[in-house]
Formats: sequence, C-alpha cells, structure tokens
Amino acid sequence: MLTRLTPDEAIFRDEVLRFLDEALTPELRTAGRRCSGIFTDYPHGNDWHRVLAQRGWSVPKWPVAHGGTGWTPMQHYIFASELAAADAPPRAPMGPGMVAPVIMAFGTPTQQQAWLPGIRTGDDYWCQGYSEPGAGSDLAGLQCRAVRGQDGDGEHFRLNGTKIWTTHAQYANRMFCLVRTASGGKPQQGISFICFDMALAGITVRPIHSLSGDHELNQVFFDDVRVPASGLIGEENQGWTIAKYLLQHERGGSWAPNLRARWRRLEGALEDAFPGAGRSDPEYGDLRLQLAELHCRIEALQALELRTLRAQACGAPPGISPSIGKILGTELKQALTELHVRIAGPAALPHARLDEAGADPLGVREDGLFAMASYLNDRAASIYAGTNEVQRNLVAAHLLLH
Amino acid sequence: MSFDDFSDTDTALRDSLGRWLADHIDLTRHARADAPPSPPVWRSLARDLGLTGAGLPESAGGLGGGLRAHLVVLRTLGGSLCAEPYLSTALVCGGALQRAGTPLANHLLAAIAAGDAVVAWAHAEPGARNAARPAACTLHQEGAGWRLDGRKSAVTTAPWATHWLVTACIAGSGASALVLLDAGSPGLTRRDLRALDGGWASEVLLDHVALPEVAVLQTGQAADDNIASALDAGALGVCAEALGVLEKMMADTLAHVRERRQFGVPIAGFQALQHRLADMHIAIAQAEALTWAVADAPDDAGEAGSTTNDTTAQSRALAVSAAKVTVGAACRTVGQGAVQLHGAMGVTEELPVGRFFRRATQIELMFGSSGQHLRRIDRLQAPVRGLAGAASA
Repeated sequence: MLTRLTPDEAIFRDEVLRFLDEALTPELRTAGRRCSGIFTDYPHGNDWHRVLAQRGWSVPKWPVAHGGTGWTPMQHYIFASELAAADAPPRAPMGPGMVAPVIMAFGTPTQQQAWLPGIRTGDDYWCQGYSEPGAGSDLAGLQCRAVRGQDGDGEHFRLNGTKIWTTHAQYANRMFCLVRTASGGKPQQGISFICFDMALAGITVRPIHSLSGDHELNQVFFDDVRVPASGLIGEENQGWTIAKYLLQHERGGSWAPNLRARWRRLEGALEDAFPGAGRSDPEYGDLRLQLAELHCRIEALQALELRTLRAQACGAPPGISPSIGKILGTELKQALTELHVRIAGPAALPHARLDEAGADPLGVREDGLFAMASYLNDRAASIYAGTNEVQRNLVAAHLLLH
Repeated sequence: MSFDDFSDTDTALRDSLGRWLADHIDLTRHARADAPPSPPVWRSLARDLGLTGAGLPESAGGLGGGLRAHLVVLRTLGGSLCAEPYLSTALVCGGALQRAGTPLANHLLAAIAAGDAVVAWAHAEPGARNAARPAACTLHQEGAGWRLDGRKSAVTTAPWATHWLVTACIAGSGASALVLLDAGSPGLTRRDLRALDGGWASEVLLDHVALPEVAVLQTGQAADDNIASALDAGALGVCAEALGVLEKMMADTLAHVRERRQFGVPIAGFQALQHRLADMHIAIAQAEALTWAVADAPDDAGEAGSTTNDTTAQSRALAVSAAKVTVGAACRTVGQGAVQLHGAMGVTEELPVGRFFRRATQIELMFGSSGQHLRRIDRLQAPVRGLAGAASA
C-alpha cells in the first residue's frame, strides 16, 4: 500500500496472477482456505509445491545455481502477497526454507547433489528433529544420542532417544536432526547435525493431536537406528553453529503478506456477520475499529520487513531482525485469530471438521469453524521456533551489547 | 537505532544539526517546567546552519530537500526537544504557503527560508477536537477587505511568531479560508500558556481584526484541501519528531539500567526489565520503518502510475494515519517504559527523561489523536486495497 510498484514489478505481478489463474485449482484454493494450522497437510501442500516446481517457482529464494529465481526482495514480497491473497496452500518450510539453506552452506557437493533436487521438485518431504521432551527453549540440553561406529556396511551412527513437536513426521520421508555426539564441556559443544531417511529400521512416529483436534505434530522415537555417517553435515560436534544458522532462517522471512491476506478475510467475515441493519449494531463499529488497529500493525510490520529486505539485499547481516519479526508476526497473527473468533461469535462454538461445514442445509458456517481452529492452532505461534520470551531475551541481549 | 535508509545527504544533515544541538542545548535544564520562557532556537538555526529552508523549495531560497529533509530535521530536533518552531513554521505553514502560491505567500515563504519569519499555525479551536474544518473563526467581507472574528486554541509558537496562518470560515457561505495575519494586528489578543512539553501555546481571541484582500490566501475547496494537507504534514512531522524523542528516551533508559545496581547487580540483568526494553525497541523499530515508508511514498499526483489521483490521495491519508497510530502507540510503550525503568527518578524533573515523556505524551494528541486516526482509517479503508491485492481482491 505504501510502495507503488515499478512498471517491471507490475509486469511481474501480472505474470504471477496469470500463473495463479491457471495453476491454482479450485481444489487447491479450498485446501488453502481451510488451512487453519500452520501449514497445509502434505497431500495438498505437496501437490501445490510440485505445480510451482513445474513453473520453476518452488524454491524462489534459493541461489539460481540450485534452482532459485534470482528475484529482487520486492519480487519475493509480491509473490508471497499474491499467493496468500489467492488462498494458495501454505507450504511447510522444513525442506525448502530450513534444511536446504543448511545443506547449501555446510553440505558437501555430494550431499547437495543427493538432497537439494528432491526438495525442489517435491519428491522428498523433510521433518525437523530439534526439540526433545527435556530440551525446548533450552535446546542445547538435548540428549538424543548418536554414537559413531563401523560395521561391514561402513561408518555409521547408532541413534537412540526421542524428538518431539515434529511437524508432519507422519508424511516425511527424510529428517534432519540435532544429536549429541559428545558429552562434557558446555552443552552447546558435542552436538551434531545429521540427516537420514525416515524409513530406517527403529524409527517410530507417535501422533500428537493439537488443541483444535488437528494432527500436525508428532513424537519420534529412535531405537538403535543405524544412520550412515554420510548423513552428517559439517564437522562432528560442530552442530550448534549449524543449528543457530537454521534458526535464523526459520524465524526469518516475511509475515506481512499472509497477515494482510488474513486481515482481508476478517474484513469479509465481519461484513457477512453483520448484514444490512446489523451495521448499526455498536459491536460492528467496535470490531471495525479493532480491524483498523490491526491494519496499522500490519502496515508497520510490512514497512519494517521491506526495510530489512532492502538492507539484506545490500549485504547487511540479519542481526536481530529475525527475532523482532518473529515476535511481531506471531503476536499479530494471534491478535487476528482472536478478533476472528469475536467476529464469528456463536458460529465459532461447534467443534467440527472444516470439510463438514457448508453444503448441508443444517450445516455449520465454515468461517466460524475456521476462526476457532485458527485461534486454537495459533496459540502455538508464540511458542514454536523459540518462544517469544526467548526472542525477547535475544532482542534485549542485542540492545545491551550494542 | 539503525539509520540504514538514510542517504548521505540525510546523514550529513542529521550529523551537522545534531552536533550543533549538542553544543547549544543543555538538556539538564532545557524544557523544565520551572524554566523561564525563552525564545526557541530559530534565528541561530538560520544563521549558523542555514537550515530553516532545508525542506523549502529553491525558488524561495530554500535548499529544496522536500518532505524528507523536513523530517530528518524534525527527527534530529526531537532528540533535543526543539521541534518548535520548525514544525509550525517550516513544515506546516511553509507547506501551506507553498501550496497557496500567492505573491504574498511566496514572499513570506522566502522570509521563512531566510530565518526572518516565524509563523504560527492557528487552526485548532476551543472544543473542536482536531476538526478539519474551521468553525469558530469567521470572515466577514468589509469594504475592499475582510474582518476576522473568533477564537483559536493551543497555538504553538505564537509568542515568538512574526506572522500567523489562521483558518476561518466565510460568513454566509460557510466556505473555508486560509488567512495570513501579522502578529501585531490590532484586535488579536493572546494568552500564553505553558504547554505540557515545556513550550508555549496560546489561547487567542480575534476581535474585529481588519485584513486587506490579499491576506485571504485561499478559499473554498482549495482552502479545505490545503488545510487537510497541512494537518497531514503536521501529523507526519510529529511522527518524525517522535522518533528523535523516543530514541533519546531509549538511550537514556539503556544507560540507566546498565548503571543502576540493586540486589548487588545491574538491573539490566533482570529478565522482566529486559523484556520491557525489547518491547520498547520493537515499538521504535516499527514507528521508524513506517514513518520513513510514508515519507517516501508517492505524494505527487503527477507521477507515473496507473492509480488515479484520488486513490493516491486516499492511500496517502491512510498511510499517514497508520503512521500516526503506530507512533502514538510507540510514544506510550517507550515513554511509559522509560519512566518505569528509571524508577522514582523517572517521575521527577531531575532527569531529561521526564520532559521527553511529556513531549511524547503531547505528540500523541497533536494533529489528530490515535482514536481519530483509527476512525479515519476505518472510513477510508473499504475502497483501498493492499500492496499487491488490487487485482486479486
């Protein structure tokens, strides 16, 4: 809204819109619209990823050499905005946005060759093994153990322990994991970063159902799993540096495009909830002002994100901006879901699946179900990827250091 | 705070003004509520730095820096609580005079750029709560000229002004008018009151003030448009000023929590305080990013682009309001946080932080309160779509 597009950017936007018109099917749009969790479930999410891959747009932020697009920061922003506005299914970032940058920065050419193409095409689907039951915010306290060994089939690690909050482990065929390969010294020392197939013997996945009843999360158990040593990324016991590098990518990225799309959805929901004479209801006016306030917060976050993108395009390090973005983006998302529930009112009370809404004349309103499911699911936003309390610690540490 | 968006020109402007302020403004005494009235920094700004025309057009003898230069100056002045009279004179009145464009207006504009004129913006009226259209001041046609009667309220810079820009409505038609007054005009009575921030603002009675015809610079829709632009310029101006005010409070607070020891350790080590510091910093980061984004947004209706002028004007108004609301929230988060983290010293006149807090509090109420700007956003929002949404909405 604040930045008018240049002629080139307008052409690019039209190109994205034309592509969406053709490639984003009604079924995919419905899946995107009904995604009340963090990411769309694998079937639709990955279908959409494959469609994008056909167009060369599945991993736009990657270096061109690996199949990225070489777009400007503004092009990425436009792309994200248009996808969000068109209800494209939100894709899980574990492969393209989390492990891929690590593989590019720390992996060998062989590892890059082995793993990056599958992420780009959608042939492979990754999950993240970071948190453990005893190691959440204090991630460096992780205990999942990997012991190096040698047998007839070559060098390997024996993996024992458990990982938790593993999003989409039930769909993933590959996993990246932080494991303890040495004890003693500081807890940050002795951590390694390894990748392996989920099909290996000894891996068990237990579903964890979230507040909304959705199944996104899992606990993964390792019972003497034999992981080939070729899955080790970087040096053994040097995984903490890689872990932090990945977290910057996990927390980075732009929030405003999706938040703005959600804001518009709320605006539509509000108009629907107070039809005709309902506009004179004082509650309608109150809710409109709440929307106006959230609009200001989205504008501010967008300005901050565009500023950061411009600085990074000029080579500035991300600094503390991923933490600031994570705090603002997640708390704004939570504020939006909270307002959505207030807009939905009694329509938010049924506890039903989204695909049960609609068609039946005695059916319930999809928007109400979506509002509550989002509200419940997004309580996780201030917890995942490092709690917002931890992010505030990081921001304060940065302030007090500089 | 990062200035990564600043051009070399911006940085040079900020640095030279910042050095000058550090040498000339004693913040331990400046803007105390018990300080005697003193004329604000203006002549010396012109004499030593030639900055009174920083944002004014070169045709008027200014440096041609435009809105961005105005805002860089105001941000820097804000850090020393010296925004007035630059805010009223150069930004608000300077802009209004430039838009009015009459020979008299251009003449005064040149006097501002030279540092010779100080102009007060007399728009607010008693009880009017920041209404955009004047109602309590009336212009009557009298012979070849005009007569002005009525009340104006909270006119900053008035005690030192050489001229006044007064908004009024024309008797009979009710059309708005923009009127230029000499500060010494007979019939103009002032009561100067100490303002919250340590500056001065005046309650004004206009009683049979006689004016020549040329003193009425604009009338009707042109005057309404000009007044609206001036009010938005003022709103954006105090946003930029607030950045300087807030940055100073943040710096003082960080220094204080590092220094202050309780329970045997610096209080900077306590997590509750750290989280408050983080929120203060984040509030400034947002206010900063949005203010400059609005400053750099297209303003000129003649620029290339597919949007109509109406849409441009509307999205600009929307953007200014969003910035004002964001800055208002930051004024509270940072101001209240700074006072809290300074402890009891924060609620005294002993330290600058209290005076900066008062100015921050005042800024939120100037040129439209947060509530008024939120309502304007709500009014304007429906037909305007976001960054990339127009085609897909």
